[in-house]
Amino acid sequence: MQSFTLRRQLLLAGLLGCTLLLGACDRNAPPSFHGNDVTGATFGKDFRLTDPEGKERTLADFRGKVVAVFFGYTQCPDVCPTALARAVEVKRLLGKDDAKRLQVVFITVDPERDTPEVLKAYTAAFDPGFLGLYGTPERTAETAKSFAAMYRKVPTGSSYSMDHTASSYIYDPQGRLRLQLTHALGAHEYAADIRTLLKSK
Amino acid sequence: MKTITTLFAAAALFAGAAHAQVTVKEPWVRATVPQQKATGAFMRLQSAVPARLVSASSPLTPDVEIHEMSMEGDVMRMRQVQAVELPAGQTVALKPGGYHIMFLNLTKQVREGDTVPVTLTIETRDGKRTPVKVDAPVRGLAAGAPSASASGHGHK
Repeated sequence: MQSFTLRRQLLLAGLLGCTLLLGACDRNAPPSFHGNDVTGATFGKDFRLTDPEGKERTLADFRGKVVAVFFGYTQCPDVCPTALARAVEVKRLLGKDDAKRLQVVFITVDPERDTPEVLKAYTAAFDPGFLGLYGTPERTAETAKSFAAMYRKVPTGSSYSMDHTASSYIYDPQGRLRLQLTHALGAHEYAADIRTLLKSK
Repeated sequence: MKTITTLFAAAALFAGAAHAQVTVKEPWVRATVPQQKATGAFMRLQSAVPARLVSASSPLTPDVEIHEMSMEGDVMRMRQVQAVELPAGQTVALKPGGYHIMFLNLTKQVREGDTVPVTLTIETRDGKRTPVKVDAPVRGLAAGAPSASASGHGHK
């Protein structure tokens, strides 16, 4: 937290300097985001889940990239495909070079039905670069809790659906959680925020 | 493609549904990956007289339900509903973010390019129920996702 305060002080100093110079220096201003700035959050620090090949993955695997984490499940007819399709559009808007520095991670809240095979096929149907992750029911619960994300099994007539947090958690290339983007935002807002993070040091 | 679908749906309607006077526009079903057990159908409905969509069926699966998605803060909820109101002359959209028809416990993959027959049961105020047959084309998994500029996605 100390470095955060120092950075803030430097930013304030920079801002003051700009104001005095009758403000021509945008690049010293703190970045503005469409999403919710959760920089310095105590939640969502990391995850430790399994990929469809059986390998354990953590956030450190993606250092150098912006990581977008979404909690969902494959039997979801609405929010999850929409979120993943939006991510496809975001990659398109970012352009080839920036898109290579975005890692989309889909964490299933329904490991009972979302087997590694289904998970892999599902994310690959949107983009072969998207990564599905799963854990035991206990690990899944721990992970969601550490993200302050919720999910809940809800019976329907002949099956069940999952209520779940529909926001995306966005990490900067240094592996710090920076943004929470709600489902209401569109691909353009997501892409703009991710571009801003990709430029950050 | 859309025109053909609308004509197809219209033709199907004429075949089965003189009473209900319901038009169905742009029906579609989202494709699935192998072993995926559920998916949804979307469409726009309009009834000339006050009516309700009370159920749906399909040869695709015996388990077809009507669901409504709602957001509670940033948490997505989906609940089964018993009916969708169709006020006279009003277009009611079953679309991502709202109502949809759920196909559950699928035993085979729903592939892009296939067509899923769906029979909607429409009930009018007098309690009379009429089947309305629709053939819904299957669109790819990533279909139906607007960007913010296209359909006001960010302006709720």
